[in-house]
Amino acid sequence: MIRFEPRSNPGPFLIYGVPVLAATIAILLAAIPLALAGAPIFKAYGLMITGAFGSVFSVSEMLTRATPLILTGLAAAIAFRAKLWNIGAEGQLYMGAMAAVAIGSGVVDGPSWVMIPFIILAGMAAGALMLIGPTLLKTRLGVDEVVTTLLLNFIVLLFVQMMLEGALKDPMSMGWPQSEPIIDSAIFPPLLERMRVHIGLIIALGCAVALAVLVKRTVWGFEIRAVGENAPAARFSGISVTKTMVLVAALSGGLAGLAGVSEVAGTRGYLATDLSPGYGYAGIVVAMLARLSPVGVIASALFVASVFVGADSMSRAIGVSSYLADLIVAMALLCVLIGGFLTRFKVHFDRKSTAG
Amino acid sequence: MSSAAHISPETSHDLLLSLAGVTKRFGALVANDAIDLTVHKGEIVALLGENGAGKTTLMNILFGHYVADEGTVTVVGLEQLEPGAPQAALDAGIGMVHQHFTLAENLTGLDNVVLGTEPIFRLRRDRTKARAKLNELMAGSGLNVDLDQPVHKLTVGEKQRVEILKALYRDARLLVLDEPTAVLTPQEADSLFAILRKLAATGLAVIIIAHKLAEVLAVSHRIAVLRGGAKVGEMKTTDADHNSIAEMMVGREVPVSRRTAREPGKPVITLNDVTIDRGDSRRSLHGVSITAREGEILGIAGVSGNGQAALAQLIAGLDKPDSGSVEIFGDKIEKFDAHTFAQNGIARIPEDRHHDGMVGSMTVAENIAIEDVRSPEYQKFGFLDFDAIRKRAEHAITDYDVRCPGPDAPARLLSGGNIQKLILARVLEKSPRLILANQPSRGLDVGAQSEVHRRLLEARQGGSAVILISEDLDELLTISDQIAVIHAGHITPAMPTDAIDRSELGLMMAGQKAAPHAPHATKTTNPGETA
Repeated sequence: MIRFEPRSNPGPFLIYGVPVLAATIAILLAAIPLALAGAPIFKAYGLMITGAFGSVFSVSEMLTRATPLILTGLAAAIAFRAKLWNIGAEGQLYMGAMAAVAIGSGVVDGPSWVMIPFIILAGMAAGALMLIGPTLLKTRLGVDEVVTTLLLNFIVLLFVQMMLEGALKDPMSMGWPQSEPIIDSAIFPPLLERMRVHIGLIIALGCAVALAVLVKRTVWGFEIRAVGENAPAARFSGISVTKTMVLVAALSGGLAGLAGVSEVAGTRGYLATDLSPGYGYAGIVVAMLARLSPVGVIASALFVASVFVGADSMSRAIGVSSYLADLIVAMALLCVLIGGFLTRFKVHFDRKSTAG
Repeated sequence: MSSAAHISPETSHDLLLSLAGVTKRFGALVANDAIDLTVHKGEIVALLGENGAGKTTLMNILFGHYVADEGTVTVVGLEQLEPGAPQAALDAGIGMVHQHFTLAENLTGLDNVVLGTEPIFRLRRDRTKARAKLNELMAGSGLNVDLDQPVHKLTVGEKQRVEILKALYRDARLLVLDEPTAVLTPQEADSLFAILRKLAATGLAVIIIAHKLAEVLAVSHRIAVLRGGAKVGEMKTTDADHNSIAEMMVGREVPVSRRTAREPGKPVITLNDVTIDRGDSRRSLHGVSITAREGEILGIAGVSGNGQAALAQLIAGLDKPDSGSVEIFGDKIEKFDAHTFAQNGIARIPEDRHHDGMVGSMTVAENIAIEDVRSPEYQKFGFLDFDAIRKRAEHAITDYDVRCPGPDAPARLLSGGNIQKLILARVLEKSPRLILANQPSRGLDVGAQSEVHRRLLEARQGGSAVILISEDLDELLTISDQIAVIHAGHITPAMPTDAIDRSELGLMMAGQKAAPHAPHATKTTNPGETA
């Protein structure tokens, strides 16, 4: 019989080592599907590494991909910390992007230092509002936020589609359902010449650090942790659970909205319904891999981004489906979850009793 | 009493159960250290010990939930009991009545008793035999209960009888009761003891796990005391006395807290005809009027689930009255809010200290400061002042003797007694004007209990008003100045403790007797109160 005994206090090796170990195991396990597909395994790994890190261009691509993942990862991490199960980052991302496009494509104009913060604030506000609604439904009426936030994703996507066919449609797009482009003064400038990586990355890193400070060192962070870990005790001690939840919703939705702004103003330049290949959902994986640590989100977003970019490039080179990347990320998540369980519990294998 | 004398364990050599050298380790912790214990037929053995002494572990080994690392469990008539197999324990005639009942609330008592003993697939249900057997059991033992009522309609005492019948129906030869009186009124407890003595007289062996000493002395033949996982003593009940057992359990002398005379001061909190209707008697109050005064402990006696939760929620600032008013120092409270209450001199000790009293993953220091993190003492511009928080925790740890690895250790590592000390440190340090103590010593060991009582009396001496909600009559009678009884959401006028008769109190708790007119009615009631 297998028994699980809780560990009182996992050491630093368990806390930091296990996610790294889990990611490594997931990458090694990718050899199995590679072999089944008949691909040369070592060559495939080599191509994956060069695909993600082989040149300045590939690193830039990887970082471009990591930028929205950091932001949606943070969005999930802060919400999950407070046990607010926000599955709606994808919708919040699109609302953020749409808000940025609505005011950033020529309605107003000004210098970059005005326009960029302006569209960022607009996008964050739009994302935040998208989550505050479901959060109030949860705290006031007990409506399950998993259901509301998840379903809102589809509503938002259809709404975006409607707007792209109507009010926001670019008359110059020759019939394509896409918005007018973001004006130059609101575009996120690139970090390197002729590369796609843009200041969105710096903003995302700044958000991660700011969030880490907020959670660890501020009264708000204290209250978020208390509500997330034991809401009845927080309520008893006089912390307003509703207020704290709304704050968390604003932060989480805002960060997801910012991811949308960053994609639309930093990478794409206009809004279309294929803006995000599921960054909102991938953010959940990123946050779980990081064990909901804001700084850890940076590392896990970089890992997920390099797996995606590396596997993309590898699959093009040797003709293996790029779904391999999804497979590796999914396995990494499973490994981390198992690893997380093993850090919390010690496993005992008892001799099974033979009598009976 | 009389039946206990007939079957004296020394004369009966009918050994039933013997545990020999039972040792169980959890990592570095030795939960049971080479424990020997024997139980004879017809004998009631009390297993005493503080929390964490190893009582529950030992019973879990007996019942097959755990496997002992060393040692054996032998039931006479069988070979060694197979370790780790609850079914083997059941087959050997060991029945267990847990503190939290394991009954299906929507089924009748009869259903619950026979559940698991009859085949699932059958053409017709014939329970005449089962009923006959149960009727015989009930007649022989006095375990009377209406078996055709759904369990949720039964009182707690009746539910417990169903649990005992369940074990007896399965031909238990040994009955293990875990803290059986924790949920009972004194009368119910007395009748349980009478039943147990009757059952013992017919040859049933009983192990009763307890930490209320008076009860143990009243019912058992023999007492075994565990401390720190080892058996530190065993004696015939006739040779035992209260103080010697308490000392044996704790390992040192236990200071007994006593009230000293003190004139009460001004009223601190007054409830005027407060009604809270939540459609559920546990969470409702009906026309409640009480007053707690400076330097006075007002005890609220009652059986669990009679509205104590509603009263506590109200005074903790977590709920507001539907009608009636609450006055603190004569000011009518308009805003019922936990934060405001905590910041205005109301110390709140929650009933469930694990659930409401602390955030396990946060540090000891953070848990001590949790009510005050918004005050300028502990934050600047929204940033926490960790030095101040840690400094306060260090003081609290020394002053209140909180045993923990340090201020930065997660609070979940603390034992129940130390969590309570942490909560006391959190709320009493601020010299509160009113203390709401809801079951402050429940589940604590003797040492920690006396510490809680000492702190409450100290606060009373310092002029705080204390509202003590408790199900433990000994506690109430020891430290309260006045006692009011809560039953079905109604609270009687407060009566001075010295004038209270214990058995009358029990009847009032059961709702069978109205409160006498309080002799000090002019002092304890107020004009708003309804007669």
